[in-house]
Amino acid sequence: MNASRLKLALLAALGAAALLGCGCSTTAGARVRPWQRAALADETMNPDRDPLGTAMSEHVYFSREAASGGRGVGGSGCGCN
Amino acid sequence: MVTPKARSICILGAAGLFAAFGGRLPAQVVPGGAFPALASAGLAGGTVPDTAGRVVLVDFWASWCAPCKASFPAYSRLQSAYAARGLTVVAVSVDDSPAAYAAFVAKLKPSFVTVHDADHKLVGAVQVPTMPTSYLLDRAGKVRFMHPGFHGDSTERELRKEIEALLDEKAPAP
Repeated sequence: MNASRLKLALLAALGAAALLGCGCSTTAGARVRPWQRAALADETMNPDRDPLGTAMSEHVYFSREAASGGRGVGGSGCGCN
Repeated sequence: MVTPKARSICILGAAGLFAAFGGRLPAQVVPGGAFPALASAGLAGGTVPDTAGRVVLVDFWASWCAPCKASFPAYSRLQSAYAARGLTVVAVSVDDSPAAYAAFVAKLKPSFVTVHDADHKLVGAVQVPTMPTSYLLDRAGKVRFMHPGFHGDSTERELRKEIEALLDEKAPAP
């Protein structure tokens, strides 16, 4: 391999490392740390905070889609099937 | 003489290394390591006690965290049982709002010291894995045990065992 090809390969490797590094740093910066979850712990973030409202919207959804029970499946929370 | 291509390679390499390692968070405090000094952590909302030569239980909590609320009576019991033998409980709030911190403390009236890490300086240095998390420090200030989460009686039982073991250890020479 001549010197110019070696330099090109090195340049490509460094470029890939830079892109990978940027991706990792962005991911780490975007993560919500455990002590920053006050807003997420708020009751308004609970999708089931209004059981009557949920039942009504589910009823409308099932009637429209003709898919009663189609929103979820029975059984445990093992994630099977 | 440095050619333009070599200069580009150096700049790109430096950028890659900075991107890969420059923006990382500090390492998590774990058993065996040193705990950041409480006195210089800029804690508000209370007086940081003198913990020199004492076994210290540092708990990170927030008013929006349900297990944190459940843990307070247990920490009060531990404080009452072991304070005379050398235990100090320090509960550090990570609430964003000083009002939320004050309201929680006023409601629960804990018998131990509570302080407010308003700017998240201490919790950021410790990097707690979950809320709440408690750290048990020996008389030399070294982290000996860590409890991510609070699981009721089982956590309290473990803490009692660990606190008694640490209290029985000899204090380090001054």
